[in-house]
Amino acid sequence: MQNYFHSVTLSEDDCKGCTNCIKRCPTEAIRVRKSKARIIKERCIDCGECIRVCPYHAKKAITDPLDIINKYKYKIALPPPAFYGQFTLNYSRRKILTALKLIGFDEVFEVALGAELVTEATKIFMKKGGYKKPVISSACPAVVRLIQVRFPDLIDNVLRIRSPMEVAAQIAKERAQKLYGFKKEEICTVFITPCAAKVTSIKAPYEKKESSVDGAVSIKDVYLKMIEALKDEKTFENLEHAGTKGIRWAIPGGESSALDIANYIAVDGIHNVIKIFEEIENERLTNVEFVEALACTGGCLGGPLTVQNPYLSRRILKDIMNAADKKISAENISENISIINNMVKKDYDDYLWTGNIEHRPIMKLDDDFRIAIKKMEALEKLYQQLPGLDCGACGAPSCRALAEDIVRGNANETDCIFKLRERVRDLAMQMAELEAKMPPVLDKDSGKNSK
Amino acid sequence: MCFLDNESLVLCYEIPGGDFTRAGEASSNVKRTLTQLGVRSDIVKRASIAMYEAELNAVIHANGGIARVEIDSKRITINIRDSGPGIADVELAMKEGYTTAPDAIREMGFGAGMGLPNMKKYSDRLIIDTEVGKGTSVTIEIDIK
Repeated sequence: MQNYFHSVTLSEDDCKGCTNCIKRCPTEAIRVRKSKARIIKERCIDCGECIRVCPYHAKKAITDPLDIINKYKYKIALPPPAFYGQFTLNYSRRKILTALKLIGFDEVFEVALGAELVTEATKIFMKKGGYKKPVISSACPAVVRLIQVRFPDLIDNVLRIRSPMEVAAQIAKERAQKLYGFKKEEICTVFITPCAAKVTSIKAPYEKKESSVDGAVSIKDVYLKMIEALKDEKTFENLEHAGTKGIRWAIPGGESSALDIANYIAVDGIHNVIKIFEEIENERLTNVEFVEALACTGGCLGGPLTVQNPYLSRRILKDIMNAADKKISAENISENISIINNMVKKDYDDYLWTGNIEHRPIMKLDDDFRIAIKKMEALEKLYQQLPGLDCGACGAPSCRALAEDIVRGNANETDCIFKLRERVRDLAMQMAELEAKMPPVLDKDSGKNSK
Repeated sequence: MCFLDNESLVLCYEIPGGDFTRAGEASSNVKRTLTQLGVRSDIVKRASIAMYEAELNAVIHANGGIARVEIDSKRITINIRDSGPGIADVELAMKEGYTTAPDAIREMGFGAGMGLPNMKKYSDRLIIDTEVGKGTSVTIEIDIK
């Protein structure tokens, strides 16, 4: 069995064994066992819903601490466009990027610029045609994992073009090697992540064998340092290179609108994504060319490791995009676009995945079809006998999931407290019957009528 | 309802008439069951789409029906029968685009006339047994492997 790395983990001390996370998990990957929530590794897609919903803050994402950069000679920060929406309306993009240098990085390479390159590569891909419709964006790693686990039929629809983060990291590293003569091992590229799924995509990549990103520091962990650094009103460096098309990727619909195709659907929120994927599987969305699917409501701005309210972030980001448009004249924009365009045309193949994704068959009851059928029948019978309340008290997200767990040998029928109460009642009735029949030797009450 | 008949699994569902937005529950259940049995995903897809079309037909035209799905290691047999109006001209009904769905249904995007043709496209064998005024029984067979 494969070893699955997951960046979503549980801090057992804080976990109360309540039902919140088990009910929200889109792949039913969590069970409560021995009073703590346990994540089933094969089913977890690192979407972070459980992190979002845990009222006791017991669910966490594993990220790197900022001081990992101290091990390297040349430190490059990779801020995603979602980063720009985390601060208040007072700070320009220039100020934010400069502040990243002030907290310890030597260079800042905007992931939004990587996004613009990926957009051009995607346009080339769509023009070539011959793809399975609709094309599903691979930008959100949680969605890619969702497809592997729950929608294997859609694996061939996934766009096999590298993510903006990877593209940005590789270009930044190569530039630093060429311009400053650093060796590859001396440079670190650090992604400032809004979510857990991106961390997993770095530690266990599917686009290619190894990620070009060396570490992921969460937005939460740099936030306070950033606030301090932003107070410095004097230092400014001209670090902005990405245009609005790249910045807009942080908002649902941003990736698609940059592509110049009208026929697309943008979905955000993992449960909404599941509904749309079910429609695609049932061939009810046959005319759609492109589907942008993001696991978090609000897109990356709504990621579990962001700090700012996603709706306020969207407002802030729109201001930043307006400023970007104003600063660069129309001529400059088209010049920048054609420079980017030429870069991508030249190296189009570099933008393609070299790795692959496979179906993770977690739903199978048994490898032997005949045994699977017997288990299926047992499952259905058990399910009919359970109360159907989906209360979660047994530690499983639904009565059906409990029936499946029992059939797989992972749970007992008496885990269901309602079944347990029925058994107690039966036992109580048996005891009452026994109590009513006293043996003749002790039977004192009916003395007159006894023989 | 679900039971074992020899080495095959039999699932039975009631298809409630009237509410066409609920149509698809039975085929959705069957899709999940087939996945849990480890049937190959392309076969699961064909079975669920074909069954969905038959289920929708029963709701739109016949005010509901009964579905019986039998699964063994060799094939999936889906039968949906109703006591609706029956099909007057089966050959005509098999033509793409031909529909007898009422206007209200067509306005909502259903009744494109692709139901029976789709069923035929996704199944290995399609058997239609129908009598006007009495009802229709559709049997879809899909081979596993």
